[in-house]
Amino acid sequence: MDAFDRVIAARAKGRPTGMSFISNIFTDFLEMHGDRRFGDDKAVVAGIARLKEMPVTVIALERGGDTKEKIFRNFGMAHPEGYRKALRQMKLAEKFGRPVICFVDTSGAYCGIGAEERGQGQAIAENLMEMMTLKVPVISVFIGEGGSGGALGLAVADEVWMLENAVYSVISPEGCASILWKDSSKVREAANCLKLTAQDLFSLGVIERILEEPDGNNFETIYETLKTELYAKITENQKLPVQELLDRRYNRFRKIGVVK
Amino acid sequence: MGMLPKNLFKKPNNPLETYDKYNKSASPDIPSEMCVSCPNCHAVLLSSDLDEACHVCPKCGHHFRINARQRISMIADDGSFEEMDASMRSRNMIDFPNYDKKLKHAYLESSSRDAVVCGTAKIGGFPCALFVMEPYFMMGSMGTVVGEKITRLIEYATEHSLPVVGYTVSGGARMQEGILSLMQMAKTSGAVKRHSDAGLLYVVVLTDPTTGGVTASFAMDGDVTLAEPNALIGFAGPRVIEQTIRQKLPSGFQRAEFLYEKGFVDAVVPRGQQKAYLTTLLSLHTKEAL
Repeated sequence: MDAFDRVIAARAKGRPTGMSFISNIFTDFLEMHGDRRFGDDKAVVAGIARLKEMPVTVIALERGGDTKEKIFRNFGMAHPEGYRKALRQMKLAEKFGRPVICFVDTSGAYCGIGAEERGQGQAIAENLMEMMTLKVPVISVFIGEGGSGGALGLAVADEVWMLENAVYSVISPEGCASILWKDSSKVREAANCLKLTAQDLFSLGVIERILEEPDGNNFETIYETLKTELYAKITENQKLPVQELLDRRYNRFRKIGVVK
Repeated sequence: MGMLPKNLFKKPNNPLETYDKYNKSASPDIPSEMCVSCPNCHAVLLSSDLDEACHVCPKCGHHFRINARQRISMIADDGSFEEMDASMRSRNMIDFPNYDKKLKHAYLESSSRDAVVCGTAKIGGFPCALFVMEPYFMMGSMGTVVGEKITRLIEYATEHSLPVVGYTVSGGARMQEGILSLMQMAKTSGAVKRHSDAGLLYVVVLTDPTTGGVTASFAMDGDVTLAEPNALIGFAGPRVIEQTIRQKLPSGFQRAEFLYEKGFVDAVVPRGQQKAYLTTLLSLHTKEAL
């Protein structure tokens, strides 16, 4: 599989989305709605749940399954109120000492008039700042597409994991091809240039872990692995003094692109 | 009924409109380097007058794009700017096609090593850490060098208890560095957060254009956010939005005044008044002022 095959797999119809991960990994999920400022963004699902016996805060970018749900979820493209809803839940997690787990699956933050009017850039920027010093363990798992700033807005974490066929990129291959070659059909070349596969990102030191995918959309083993591994990593990180946890998170990003 | 001229409804040619904004002479009598035509109102301006007016058209108030060095000389007290990390250069870390060539071209075009100039300075006598982005280097795009230089500057400011003043102009994250440029958004924002938690002031001045990953990180992390009149400021560029929603955007959309109306900018400050504004702002945040 080349890079663009992974992009196709990440976007494929029938691939499990955020809600499936929530319902298969956690119990007692209570969804919490709204950002208390503007509204409730359906592209972001957030709430409290249990990972084994441990209460956690779960946030997922949800792109929707069938066409009707896709429209309801705005295809997983969040507005500023989505990022603010997520941040509100993260702050509550901090207050109650709950770890935060994010599932990322979005082609990007929504581009539109309302999104700009309500400060899409500011909403993401605030999440980046606040997540960096959130005093509880944070792990982000990329389950499908990781589109640029819209994905990063939920991925300032202690560790970032990716499913084998998930992708994470600064720009979509389509966008890159049309800028670079003024030809949006050269997506395959563009995808290769961008180094957006889990394997590329692991080599670049941007992610910590790749989760192998079984053939087809039978994700049972992935859910089981995630349940065990998330629990283990979080328990490990909870033992760290808070300052140590935050220093590690800071340095995780600080070291990327250090230039002499 | 008299004869109507054939071209009654045709817009007469305005010779100024076809002129290259900056380089071509507007009048055959004046050498090209001595005068400029305003891209907004088409007034013909003497370069020397424009220099004196902080590169703002005296006729219509249009703010000409200026490079980082010009900006520093307008804002920092004479001789106070001491540059940091001046020689840091980008490398083609993910072997992106033609990136080396682009970097070389950007260097020739801007005489700058990358898209930001950082250092310490005094503004109206008040010491600060200052970064100014360079629009003539790959449209101020943020790669690892931009992220690293700004992060180092903010960390330096945190260590030395200095306020940070930053001028942004950027097309966003630099595609040619892939995910590594995206990570600079988190890195710079993290540095801002630490600076903020230390009780220090961070002022951002948004200039035309500030978009993409820069808007979604350190450009919108300020305690005080200022903007230059009419500057384009947004997350998505206007063309991308038009293509997405398939409708024309209202005029004034994503301009500084629009963000001010929507509550994302504290004040729109014309270039000529920025130094005085920053001086007062810094003076209100000195320890002695408390």
